[in-house]
This record gives sequence, C-alpha cells and structure tokens, in this order.
Amino acid sequence: MEFDISTLAKALSIGIGSIGPAFGIGLIGSKAMEAIGRNPEAAGKIFVPMLLGMAFAEAIAIYALVVAFTI
Amino acid sequence: MIPPLSAETIFYIAGFPVTNAIINSWIAVVFFVVFAMIITRKREMVPRGLQNVFEWIMEVLISFAEQVTGDKEKAMKFFPIAATIFVFVLFSNWIGLMPGTGSIGVYQMHHGHMELIPLLRPAGSDLNLTLAIAGFSIFMTHVFGIIAIGIWKHFNKFVNIMGIVHSFKKGPMAIVVAFIEFGVGLIELVGEVAKTLSLSLRLFGNIFAGEVLLTVLAGILAYGLPIPFMFLELLVGIIQASVFAILFLAFASVATMDMHADEEAH
Repeated sequence: MEFDISTLAKALSIGIGSIGPAFGIGLIGSKAMEAIGRNPEAAGKIFVPMLLGMAFAEAIAIYALVVAFTI
Repeated sequence: MIPPLSAETIFYIAGFPVTNAIINSWIAVVFFVVFAMIITRKREMVPRGLQNVFEWIMEVLISFAEQVTGDKEKAMKFFPIAATIFVFVLFSNWIGLMPGTGSIGVYQMHHGHMELIPLLRPAGSDLNLTLAIAGFSIFMTHVFGIIAIGIWKHFNKFVNIMGIVHSFKKGPMAIVVAFIEFGVGLIELVGEVAKTLSLSLRLFGNIFAGEVLLTVLAGILAYGLPIPFMFLELLVGIIQASVFAILFLAFASVATMDMHADEEAH
C-alpha cells in the first residue's frame, strides 16, 4: 500500500484534537453527576448548563474534524 | 456499503438535483404540515384528546425554554423558531432510523459500475441541510438582537466604536481597555462564523457517524447486534435536537442582552 503523509496528518489531527474535548466532556459530566448526587432536586437546573458546556467542549473536537476533512 | 459523505442524487427536476436527503426532509415537512392541519382543525377552549396531548408537549417545551433563557418574555419570543428547529431535527433524525432508510433504493450507474442508491437518507446526514438550519438560526439571533437593543448597539458588540468614543472622556487607562475590547469584538465576529460551523457540523457529524456505525455493525452481524445501537441512536437523535435548540436559545438570549447596560449604571 502506498503511504501518503496527508492520510497520517488527517488521522493525527482528529486523533490528537479529540483528546482535549474528551477530557473536557468527561470532567463536565462527572462534575454534573457529583452535583446531582449532592443535591438531587437540582438535577433539572444542572442539566441545561451541563449540555451547554458539553456542546462548547465538543465544538473543539468539531474544529479538529473540519481540519481533518480539509487536509 | 458505507454511506458516502455527500447525499446522492436520485433524479432531476428541471436541472435541479433531488437527493435522497431532500426526500427525507420533505417527508418531515409534509408530516408536520398535515399534522398541524389535523390538530388545529377543531380547536376548543377546553382541550380533549389529541389537542390535550399537544398542549402538554408545548407546555413542557415552553417551560424548558424558560429554563434556558431565564426569562418568560424572551422564551416566548424565541420559542416558535427554537421549537420548530427542535421538532424538525428530532423527527428527521428519528425517521432516519426507520427500516428502509439506506436499504430501499434504485440501481444507478455510479463511477462506472451499478450501485444501489438508497431512496432515503437521514436528513441530518447531509451537510447542506444542517448548514442551512445553522445559518438561519445564527441569522435570526442577530435579527432578535437588532430588534431588542437597536441596530447601532448591536453593531457595537462586534465593532466597538462606541466604547472607544466613550473612553476618551475617562482617561488613558480606559482608552487602552477600550482598544483591547475593540480587538475582542473583532474576535467575536470570527466567533459568529465558528458558531455556524460548529452548530452545523455537530449535527451532521453525530447523525452521519450514527449511520456509519449502524452500517458497520449490520455488516458484522445483522441479527440482533445493531439493536442496542439503535437505542443509542434514538438517544443521540433527541440529545442533538435539544442541543441545537438550546444553543439557539442561548445564542439568542446573549444577542438580545445589552452589554453596556450595567456599565452605564456605575
């Protein structure tokens, strides 16, 4: 198989680029779970900011995906 | 066969290509139009049956919108667009999980050999559709912003001329801060493009990845193995629809906020 350096670049950009957002989303999720565990009545109030935070963390991974597609 | 990145053309209407994703989104549109007609045909002050169910759904969605915007008046203003986006994205995501999507199709010549072109493809797995919804919703946040605080104030959120003019009365330190704020405003301008991009690619990426995942799993073992992942995709469908609507509400409520209202107070 012919080796093309741009294939490696694509794989690395999405691979490395998704490490940070993965940690971020994990942290947001774990902290939200912790908060719900401490105060179960606040589950409804925590859910929306949690989703928002996750969406913004996920956006970074999406930028990496865009870069991977455009290389 | 793994679905390709772009939607495939089924036929042409007067030179305009009709892709399988368009067919799917038009099914959703027709469904909602017919449904709205049936529900609103005989409206009563005291709801019964189907009307009651839909009034309950509306109430749940409105209370959710109030939770995000934190303001009943704002929630009611943004609600029609946010709820339309939510139900349309939700329905077009879930209709993509129906049996027949991706398996019923026509044989066409493609790259020199016959290939099965599916008649239906989840509407969210076409970047054109998600980009259109995202672009429209970001455009509408600016419209709401201009309506709420006026065109000049809204413009100054991005190109902060007003801040520089005001800072000359306050002394050298305020001028430096104002120029930094001017630069931040220009970054916000880039942020608007990034918002559109991330909003559209989030939906596209999730739905397309789900479609690829189901295809791959059906290729490994078609009996029973894809079922738990179907449930996962149901979950992804409703989460992505609500994330899209929540982000629209959040962007709209940020756009309608007057940035310098608190600054003038002190």
